[in-house]
Amino acid sequence: MIVLQPRSLHEALQMKDNNHNAIPVAGGTDLFVCWPQKLKSHNCTYLDLGGISDLRNIILNDNHLIVGAGVTFWDIIKSQEIASEYQILRNAAKQVGSIQIQTRGTWAGNIANGSPAADGVAALMACDASVVLESVSGKRIIPLCDYCTGYKTSVAEPNEIIKEIRVPRIPCCFNRFVKVGARNALTITKTGMAVTVVGNTCKVVAISMSPTVCRCPSIENVIQSNVAINTPSDFYQAISDDLNPIDDIRSTARYRRTVFATVLYSIVDEMRQHLTEQC
Amino acid sequence: MTHNEIHVDSIEVTTVINGHEVLLCIDPSLRLIDVLRDKLELTGTKEGCGEGECGSCAVLMNGLPVNSCLVPAFQIQNCTIETIEIVDPGLLQPLLKSGAAQCGACTPGVVMTGEWIVRNPDVLDNGNIRELMAGNLCRCTGYDGIINGMQDRINQDLPGGIE
Repeated sequence: MIVLQPRSLHEALQMKDNNHNAIPVAGGTDLFVCWPQKLKSHNCTYLDLGGISDLRNIILNDNHLIVGAGVTFWDIIKSQEIASEYQILRNAAKQVGSIQIQTRGTWAGNIANGSPAADGVAALMACDASVVLESVSGKRIIPLCDYCTGYKTSVAEPNEIIKEIRVPRIPCCFNRFVKVGARNALTITKTGMAVTVVGNTCKVVAISMSPTVCRCPSIENVIQSNVAINTPSDFYQAISDDLNPIDDIRSTARYRRTVFATVLYSIVDEMRQHLTEQC
Repeated sequence: MTHNEIHVDSIEVTTVINGHEVLLCIDPSLRLIDVLRDKLELTGTKEGCGEGECGSCAVLMNGLPVNSCLVPAFQIQNCTIETIEIVDPGLLQPLLKSGAAQCGACTPGVVMTGEWIVRNPDVLDNGNIRELMAGNLCRCTGYDGIINGMQDRINQDLPGGIE
C-alpha cells in the first residue's frame, strides 16, 4: 500500500498527475467499510487529503457558498449561519449515518463516491450546486447534475480531484428533504428526495431511484404545469419517465416507486399550501 | 519518489493518545482501532461491526466522536485521540445506576459519545440525547437506561441541568 500525503493542494495535484490511479481519501467513511476484508484495496495507492487545511474552508461570498473538499457534514450542521440559509443541506446532513459518520464524512466524498443513495448529493443538487474539479492543467466547473455519468462513474479525469463545491446564494421559498430507510439513523436510503422551489422553478432530485442521484424533469414539469394532482398515482407516468429503480438488498423497485410517489404527493401538497399562504 | 511518498511496510505517525504523545511506526493499512487495540493494548475500545454502523468502537478524535474502525491510521498524525481508558470511572455512576450497561459491548462507545455531549452541551441544539446517540447501537438495554443515565451524567456537570 502506498500513501501519498501532500501538505498543499498544489502538491496534491502534482501527485495525482503522477499517479492517476491514486484514490483520494478524505474522511474514509466509504473506503474503510469492512476494510480488513478488502484485501485488494490494501495494495492500492491512496492520496490522503486529510492534511490539506485549505480544503477545510467554508466561505460565504456574495454569490456562493463554497464548501471545500475536506468539509464534513458536521461542519455544516454546526454552522448556524450556513444552516439558516441552507436548511436543506442541514436536514440532509443530519440524516447521513450517525454523528460518528457526520464528523468524518465529507460532502465532496459523497459526490466522489458516486453512490445512487448519496443523501448529501441530492440536497446539493436541489440547490443547483456545481463541482470544481482541478488538475495541474487548471480547473473546470461542472454542474453537479452532470457530474455522475452512471453508477459510480463520473466526468472526472484521472488527474483531477474535487477541490470544492459551489452552491449559489439563491434563497429557496420552499425546501424539503425526505429519506426513507429501515430506521431514522444509520440507514442507507431505500428511496428519498430533495425538493426546492426558487421563484417559479421547482427542482426534484431522486435518491436510490436510478443508477445515480438525479434530477426529475418530467416530475418537475407536472408540478410546474399546475395540473390537478389528486392521488400519488398521478405521478406514476412521470416517475417512469424519469426514474428506473431496481430490486436490491435494501428494497424492491415496486416499493420504491410506490413510496416515492406517496412522499412526492405529500410534499407537493404541502408545497402548494405553503406557496399559496405566502402569496 | 518524493519525501512525502511513503511506501508499503511502515509509516511513522506522532499523535497524542489519552494525553500522552506517542511516536508510532505502523503498517499504513491499519485502522485507528487496530493501532489502539493491537499496538497500544488499549483494549477498552471494542470492534463491533467493522463497517461504521454500531458505534462500539467510538473514540474522540480532536474532540469529536468518530468510529475508529473507519479511520485510516495514516490520518492520525498530529491528532488528539481519547479512548474509554481516559474516562474517570467515578463520573460514570449515573450510567451504572440507570442500568446503561448490561453485556458491555457497546458501553465504551456509548461512554465516549456521551463524553462529547457532556463536554459540549451546546450540541444538544442539534438534537436530543437519543438522536445524538443514535450511532451507538445496544442490543441489551432498550436504550432507556442509556438515555436516562446520560441525562443524569449531564446534569451532574451542569448545575441548571437540561430539559
